[in-house]
Amino acid sequence: MTQAIAKRSESATFTHLKSKEGDYTYDLLPINICENTFAPLEVAYDYDKIRDTVTRETIAAGPHSIWRYRAFLPVATDNVIDVGTGMTPLVKSTRLARRLGLKNLYIKNDAVNMPTLSFKDRVVSVALTRARELGFSTVSCASTGNLANSTAAIAAHAGLECCVFIPADLEAGKVLGTLIYNPTVMAVKGNYDQVNRLCSEVANTYGWGFVNINLRPYYSEGSKTLGFEVAEQLGWQLPDHIVAPIASGSLYTKIRKGFEEFVQCGLVEDKPVRYSGAQAEGCSPVAQAFKEGRDFINPVKPNTVAKSIAIGNPADGVYAVEQANETNGHIESATDAEIIEGIKLLAETEGIFTETAGGTTIAVLKKLVEAGKISPDETTVVYITGNGLKTQEAIQGYISEPLTIEAKLDSFERAWERAQTLERLDWQQVLV
Amino acid sequence: MAIKVLVPTPLQKFTNNQAVIETTGGTINEMIDQLETACPGIKARICDESGKPRRFLNLYVNSEDIRFLDGPETALTDGDEVSIVPAVAGG
Repeated sequence: MTQAIAKRSESATFTHLKSKEGDYTYDLLPINICENTFAPLEVAYDYDKIRDTVTRETIAAGPHSIWRYRAFLPVATDNVIDVGTGMTPLVKSTRLARRLGLKNLYIKNDAVNMPTLSFKDRVVSVALTRARELGFSTVSCASTGNLANSTAAIAAHAGLECCVFIPADLEAGKVLGTLIYNPTVMAVKGNYDQVNRLCSEVANTYGWGFVNINLRPYYSEGSKTLGFEVAEQLGWQLPDHIVAPIASGSLYTKIRKGFEEFVQCGLVEDKPVRYSGAQAEGCSPVAQAFKEGRDFINPVKPNTVAKSIAIGNPADGVYAVEQANETNGHIESATDAEIIEGIKLLAETEGIFTETAGGTTIAVLKKLVEAGKISPDETTVVYITGNGLKTQEAIQGYISEPLTIEAKLDSFERAWERAQTLERLDWQQVLV
Repeated sequence: MAIKVLVPTPLQKFTNNQAVIETTGGTINEMIDQLETACPGIKARICDESGKPRRFLNLYVNSEDIRFLDGPETALTDGDEVSIVPAVAGG
């Protein structure tokens, strides 16, 4: 199953794995659980070494991808998998901002991340680079869809064998967007949490590199690049407030780790950042724990249109709640109807077509502004993590139909007039 | 009555490297006590100082998370299968 383990480069900065609970450390192996407390493991770095070698200039001179931040990523060799992942646009919003009443709103648009149009390409690029270093020849994942797309695509690029596990009821675009890369796809009859549990058992016995199980400490570090890029794109400064979706809670907490590492290494000035999170009401164990002031998560059984973030038993849920409390942020949920409206609002005001997770985040952004929990002057960054073309089912019936006409001028003119009338009626309805 | 317990790798040092242990117990709590008798030291790893299962440990009875049942008081019957699954990953 495995090949020889790669030689560690002199420039590698990561030193060991440490438990998120208790003072336990581990070697840099494909493991994700503390044997003593069963808590998740996290990668530790030699920050002095990073500070001595990395400057804004060295980063800016690096590749136009996540690998410009390589010193902050847990890879040991020079041979990284670079498929152009990262450095997605940070768009200054005018129309959505005006609609919401915000003065400094930015959209981090990972709906156009490469190669598979979601933020998952960041974590997978790191995980598969590390998988190769650790000698794995077969890689795998438990996925709600986006991760399967990304793992299959980047494994194809890297020439790794790939077997992915997804819930059987995923959107067609997410399934097709995996199958095209020709991995083995296991569509499991059950929800994501059941898929995840099955994969934990497989990971222990098959000797595969599961990007979000035994490689999870390395994989999740890739999400820090969403923090690094925003800081760099804002002109080497931190925002006041970020709003991001919460599924497992990993992305949400790693954005903070990214900002704090930049502070620690002298790349940006320190300042308080507020972290707010978005969940779908039909799967909101973290939002519920936050609202009820709990420091533990009660798992739920997901029932929402936002399948990509439907994790009922989130691995980093407790850390997400802690982070919102520590930073004066909020974790809020949105109904399926609000999620659809969120998708449409972002599309109509900014020309960005996001999937259900992005709809959730926009809906929650709107709620937080309306509740006075985001001030108009705050520099706010909203994270759009996936592409709407993958979840077309979600908006079927909620958008208009094309006007079918004859290839004749008068047919067009009649249809155009009718369209104008319909639009006026729409406006009248709004005015009433 | 026999309960089958699936033991994860990090706990197998207490079970002579056995992945499956047969034990008894009318509830999850009793099952953990029985397990401790057969495999001394294992309870301190499964439970925290207050005696409750650690927050990162997931216990399932026949594939259902005990947090959807009656927690550590969940009743067990002959032939039940209990899985101990450390730290959920995923996401």
